[in-house]
Amino acid sequence: MCQQAVELVTDYLEGALSRRDRRRFEAHLRACPNCTAYLEQIKMTIELIGKVEPDDLSPEARADLTELYRRWRSE
Amino acid sequence: MLVARYQGPMLRLARSMVATQAVAEEAVQDTWMGVVRGIEHFEGRSSFKTWLFRILTNRVRSAGSREQYHTPLESLHAVDPLRFDAQGQWADPLDRWTEESEDRLEAAIWVPILNSGLDDLPSRQREVIVLRDVEGLSSDEVCAILGISSGNQRILLHRGRTRLREILEAELRKV
Repeated sequence: MCQQAVELVTDYLEGALSRRDRRRFEAHLRACPNCTAYLEQIKMTIELIGKVEPDDLSPEARADLTELYRRWRSE
Repeated sequence: MLVARYQGPMLRLARSMVATQAVAEEAVQDTWMGVVRGIEHFEGRSSFKTWLFRILTNRVRSAGSREQYHTPLESLHAVDPLRFDAQGQWADPLDRWTEESEDRLEAAIWVPILNSGLDDLPSRQREVIVLRDVEGLSSDEVCAILGISSGNQRILLHRGRTRLREILEAELRKV
């Protein structure tokens, strides 16, 4: 069902679905142009987020990131 | 270790105040973050546990957090439930973004839009998206940096990406 399928896209892309669930998900995609379009839109979204350079981030988001890295290294 | 000792009780408390397990985990993580960063100072006026629980409840209840932790039900869905019919199938067809829309998905136009979208995400979601999709780190690395489980990481990633897709879709419909 489409409403359930859209909730699985991230687990699908992350390779976190069981083999059985992945097969069912892929079978649904083959039968459903809308869910196929949805998956394409999510992939495109990821691609576009990838075009954001760390320098483009807002000062708050960048400060947050710097802090995370700093703490991680110091652990 | 402190975390091991208090994590369970804190999660149960948070869970009683918010709608989902993931949101409760977020509140608990934020509490530890505040403690670790030294934003909160333990002055010994109460037991450590009481102090910790107070920080947690304040985080959940404070005006700033309210929006973050009590997000409307819709935002817990990848797609607005109103777009599905009673059988859970798409009620309106989705636009194809490939080919003809590729020009319209010019990075220069969308980067500022995605950036403001990122700023509006709850901080944990933003951190996961920035580390994974902007910085290009692996999920294992992100889990290590943020101290979260891989399941929690996927939930945050899913929420963040699906929200940003909605923003792009809304903008594309305006064009």
